[in-house]
Amino acid sequence: MTDLRIHRHPILKYVRGNPLKFYFEGEERTGYENETIGAALYATGLKEFSHSFKLDRPRGIFCAIGQCASCRMRVNGVPNVRTCITPLEEGMTVERQFGAGEKPTNTEVRKTFKKELEADIAIVGGGPAGLSAAIYAAKFGARVVLVDRFPKLGGQLIKQTHKFFGSRKHDAGVRGIDIAERLIKQVEENPNIMVLSEAEAFGYYEPATIAVAGKDTIYRINAKKIIMATGAAEKALLFENNDLPGVYGAGAAQTLMNTYGVKPGDEIIMVGAGNVGVIVTYQLLQAGVKVKMIVEAMPKIGAYFVHAAKVRRMGVPILTRHSILRAYGENQVEGATIVQLDDNWQPIPGTEKDVEVDGIAISVGLRPTYGLLDQAGVKIQFVPELGGHVALRNRNLETSVKNIYVAGDIAGIEEASTAIMEGRIAGLSAVIDMGLAGDDAKELRESVRAELTELRAGPFGARIRQGLEKVEVL
Amino acid sequence: MEEYEKTGVVTLDYLEKLGNVPSEERLKKGPVAMTECIQDIPCNPCAEVCPVKAIEMPEINHRPIVHFDKCIGCTLCMQVCPGLAIVMLDKSKEKPRLTIPYELLPMPERGDTVVLIDREGNDIGEGKVVALFFPDKKYQSALVTVEVDDDRLLYEARNLRVVN
Ligand code: SF4
Ligand code: SF4
Repeated sequence: MTDLRIHRHPILKYVRGNPLKFYFEGEERTGYENETIGAALYATGLKEFSHSFKLDRPRGIFCAIGQCASCRMRVNGVPNVRTCITPLEEGMTVERQFGAGEKPTNTEVRKTFKKELEADIAIVGGGPAGLSAAIYAAKFGARVVLVDRFPKLGGQLIKQTHKFFGSRKHDAGVRGIDIAERLIKQVEENPNIMVLSEAEAFGYYEPATIAVAGKDTIYRINAKKIIMATGAAEKALLFENNDLPGVYGAGAAQTLMNTYGVKPGDEIIMVGAGNVGVIVTYQLLQAGVKVKMIVEAMPKIGAYFVHAAKVRRMGVPILTRHSILRAYGENQVEGATIVQLDDNWQPIPGTEKDVEVDGIAISVGLRPTYGLLDQAGVKIQFVPELGGHVALRNRNLETSVKNIYVAGDIAGIEEASTAIMEGRIAGLSAVIDMGLAGDDAKELRESVRAELTELRAGPFGARIRQGLEKVEVL
Repeated sequence: MEEYEKTGVVTLDYLEKLGNVPSEERLKKGPVAMTECIQDIPCNPCAEVCPVKAIEMPEINHRPIVHFDKCIGCTLCMQVCPGLAIVMLDKSKEKPRLTIPYELLPMPERGDTVVLIDREGNDIGEGKVVALFFPDKKYQSALVTVEVDDDRLLYEARNLRVVN
């Protein structure tokens, strides 16, 4: 059977637990503890995870972080399980799902409990912003409940194998995975912070209550302040067959290889030469995947030159003013047709070229995950410079709905280092506004703010600065 | 728009114009850092760690400028650089030496002859591994020093490949 698991890696050591037997459509397969169902299936060669509602088209893993619907399967008789974020268990039965799926056969399996929790601050999202907000709020004695969707804390930071930019006091030169490990440890060891993992916040109620679906419990968290740090989702790109299994977000490729040690494919093409596309390309090369080329519709490479230079000297061409026209293949990607674009972004006839690949990674930007904010009635504006719909807020990151703060990518797409700083500001603002902390917290907040301003001061921060002018208006 | 923004490859000419290439005379005195970090990005650990303040950076969004006369070739900047954008050149030994950061498997070993690769990914020559330094024991990420016969490789080789 296909084995896409990575066994040697220059940076990562994969901690695979005990082997677990499970059944995919009656056939026995092996996965490991610490893997999700989706990762285990992918590692053993499955590309086609589900079929779409209307047109019955095959779908494969696209986001790998529980935000799209492509990997939903029937697990132990229950339909619509997001296999990419659900941990694998011994003896599970997994079947492909067609459309919305059949009703559960066994209603006992979904018995749920109810629980109320009281907290000073509820934080939604356990990535760099959420973790930092929790640490800084707890520092001043706040009782924090941190809600996170994933089995493991850290958000996208636990996948960043490269060293960070910035200055030494922001951990420049330290790998993202090491920064994540430290933040997670601080959160887990802090008695003031309670973590709810594998839990989905799904509703806001006035003045500061959130509803959360845990594994088998529905929580009602009555807080005084809420910090939304739900991060971002990858943008999709319009082209023929863009839903073919084997077309996935660059972030999904990163999750598969860096969290689960599973190669997303053998030979792939990257679409988009921004920092994410180029960094993930480098990581793919480190994992032993061949990246045939990067195509970029813009006339120039968006990534920092130093990132681009890394993959270029490893022999990956970057084709600017090129895009993907279509994916082709029978039920899964067998290749991509690329094309050159003219100065009006129109494909130049006759320049089409087929590239044989088994995967197409899309990296055309991220958009803030603002659903909960919208439901809470927070004033939202579409700001292209910040990646999409973001909340209007004041300098302390409080939104138009009193008691709700934002931090990290939900507040505008930036770097993990800026997310960490925004998390600190939001955490500090929450404790200051509650009267839990005084001048020392205010001073600390000022110094974080000054560092953040400094980081954003250069030419690469220009767009962010423009975007912030539009939203920091309250 | 600069050419490198389109290609992801910088030319030696361009680096020379920026003043990023140390002189022959300086190279004869011992190892020296050469940066290929040419944009104003928010990053400065190289300047922060330099023990002799040889790297000038007026503010964090400025590109680094190495004062070759001050640099003592300690490699600290190279060890911390997230852009893998610093190499060390040295012509004080019997044969010219080049040190490059390397984060791939397989790792070369001392004494190996490796293929040297240029900024565009082309094989351009060979080098003999004379030193390997692992700044962080936790990772297979090394500074690899190779000895070369041809001077030109010091200026053009920026990657390597292990051959078995
Ligand atoms: S090699 Fe050492 S002395 Fe030279 S610039 Fe780098 S840190 Fe400074
Ligand atoms: S540490 Fe590296 S990437 Fe950062 S400024 Fe210095 S040379 Fe450039």
